[in-house]
Amino acid sequence: MFDEKELSGIKKAREEWEEKSYKEYLKKHPERKKRFTTLSGLDVKALYTPEDIAHLDYLKDIGFPGMEPFLRGIHATMHRGRIWTMRMFSGFGTAEETNKRYHYLLEHGETGLSVAFDYPTLYGYDTDHPFARGEFGKCGVAVSSLKDMEILFDGIPLDKITTSMTINGPAAVIWAMYIANAERQGIPKDKIGGTIQNDILKEYIAQKSFIFPPEPSLRLIIDTFEYGSKYVPKWNTISISGYHIREAGSTAVQELAFTLADGLTYVKAAMERGLKIDDFAPRLSFFFNSHNDFFEEIAKFRAARRIWAREMKNLGAKKPRSLWMRFHTQTAGCTLTAQQPENNIVRVTLQALAAVLGGTQSLHTNSMDEALALPSEKAVLIALRTQQIIAEESNVTNTVDPLGGSYYIEWLTDKMEEEVYKYFDRIEQLGGVIPAIEKGFFQREIAESAYRYQREVDEMKRVVVGVNKYQLDEPISIPILKVDEKGERIQIERLKKLRRERDNAKVEKALNALRKAAEGDENLMPYILDCVKAYATLGETCDVLREVFGEYKEPIIY
Amino acid sequence: MERKIRVLVAKPGLDGHDRGAKVVARALRDAGMEVIYTGLHQTPEMIVETAVQEDVDVIGLSLLSGAHLTLFRDVVTLLKKRGMDDVLVVGGGVIPEEDASKLKKMGVAEVFGPGTTTDEIIEFIRKNVKK
Repeated sequence: MFDEKELSGIKKAREEWEEKSYKEYLKKHPERKKRFTTLSGLDVKALYTPEDIAHLDYLKDIGFPGMEPFLRGIHATMHRGRIWTMRMFSGFGTAEETNKRYHYLLEHGETGLSVAFDYPTLYGYDTDHPFARGEFGKCGVAVSSLKDMEILFDGIPLDKITTSMTINGPAAVIWAMYIANAERQGIPKDKIGGTIQNDILKEYIAQKSFIFPPEPSLRLIIDTFEYGSKYVPKWNTISISGYHIREAGSTAVQELAFTLADGLTYVKAAMERGLKIDDFAPRLSFFFNSHNDFFEEIAKFRAARRIWAREMKNLGAKKPRSLWMRFHTQTAGCTLTAQQPENNIVRVTLQALAAVLGGTQSLHTNSMDEALALPSEKAVLIALRTQQIIAEESNVTNTVDPLGGSYYIEWLTDKMEEEVYKYFDRIEQLGGVIPAIEKGFFQREIAESAYRYQREVDEMKRVVVGVNKYQLDEPISIPILKVDEKGERIQIERLKKLRRERDNAKVEKALNALRKAAEGDENLMPYILDCVKAYATLGETCDVLREVFGEYKEPIIY
Repeated sequence: MERKIRVLVAKPGLDGHDRGAKVVARALRDAGMEVIYTGLHQTPEMIVETAVQEDVDVIGLSLLSGAHLTLFRDVVTLLKKRGMDDVLVVGGGVIPEEDASKLKKMGVAEVFGPGTTTDEIIEFIRKNVKK
């Protein structure tokens, strides 16, 4: 990046600085630690200079926003043109209660919706299933049928607001409900926008809300790619997620490597099915975590864009849009502390700022009370305000990729990329992502990192303010959201009424047609749509697929 | 030679958050205990059955989904039915203080919230296990 003469001058000056200034200074004032590292364990030097990025070619490796390699951003103007979507992940209790929360958030300036479903829904069970015991509405909203979906989005114009839905195993069914509900509102499916998470690989790796084994799961996902590219063109049919990998304990490097490897696996699977890369690639989206190591996170986001653009090009993508790494970010839930919960507001601010400086398209900021329970209204409002303050007061949005060109950031971006390719090689040696899952590779890597992190905290090598340092000896007192126990009865009554009053012959016919199609190799989306429109429940629809596809059982590794 | 403390680390319900359970399982093992980890998606019946079969001294329940009041209660009730009242039951997860008090009244010996060190858990088990 610099000419030889300039570089040798810098080298000489740097060596002089090291001898005369740095080392001399160290004699009297030793540094606080022998070794400084990023959260991922990468060694960090006291100072970075042009020498550390001399191997980079500005035009080829860094370039301009909106152009390859998209390191500096996918759009030419980034946040000068449009602020990221403020999308708060929320859901609890009944569809009515969550609908009320959505209206509240939208009234206070939220710009996109994000649905959290409860556990039974995530596993494709209705609220009255025995496995649902105790879980109703606890970590999200219960959606057992199209009826619940109608209530959930009551009064929300689905052609004006985009919705992200964190749903994986039963993603195709929940998406079908969303499409059917939009049609009921009079909005055709080519006018709705949003995202289904639909990323089953990271479920096996980290989040663990899977239903079916890998092969039929991939089939369902590719079905949504194909259906979406034809009929729901504004919908992101997958959100390839590192968030949960990180929350399960991985490092930033592992998060990045495993997520991108998952992404490439989907792309290859879709191409094997005969889909054209440029038809579906523009609708692939990503989802990352933003953790505590401020610069490492920024470098991670930047590296993600460059690697994705390169790999997609290598796979034959021609449209610039196919090379775009568009991503949502959520601040790191696992960094929230139950102790002195107000401190979490500060953690979230730093993490959110890293996401913004990393060029995120969409952002969720965690609420300060989430190490204790689902967020209260007050806590979620502060979290939303945090984004609004960054967007409208801090001026960090004034210029694109403001940290680009920093010797440290560029070096670290490049270093992370190098580490990612080392993981790609290891995954390749194991036969690819699915064999690696079956061998427990990712699970073991993550468990190792999680254990190491915990040991460091326990041994005071890593400070957690308010937890292992600066503790206060007083009880935690903030108001906690309680999920109304009455909701479960309301929901079960609604299900009973639905099963009584719907056209059960029509339901049975639709479910049988789905079963037959699942046994063959047709795209299942139209059949699933018929089921949900006939008000077959989520559980009934998934049961048919469970019968045909079987269920996944994970290897136990710790 | 003294028998090692036998611990069943269990994940009741549908919750998939297993980071804490795995970290604790490994820490207990490193502390010299015999650890059996159930894996995910266990009903209270399955957990108690495993506890009986494996003749454990301690059950550690981990749950972050919010269903602790129902599922921990089920485990404790079933243990009593099987005459296994002497098994030390501890729990951990995203559990507010008010719920932790309720769980203790039900018979859960201790609830470890976020921020607990693995050493605290090891120490509690060693002090309170009935063998």
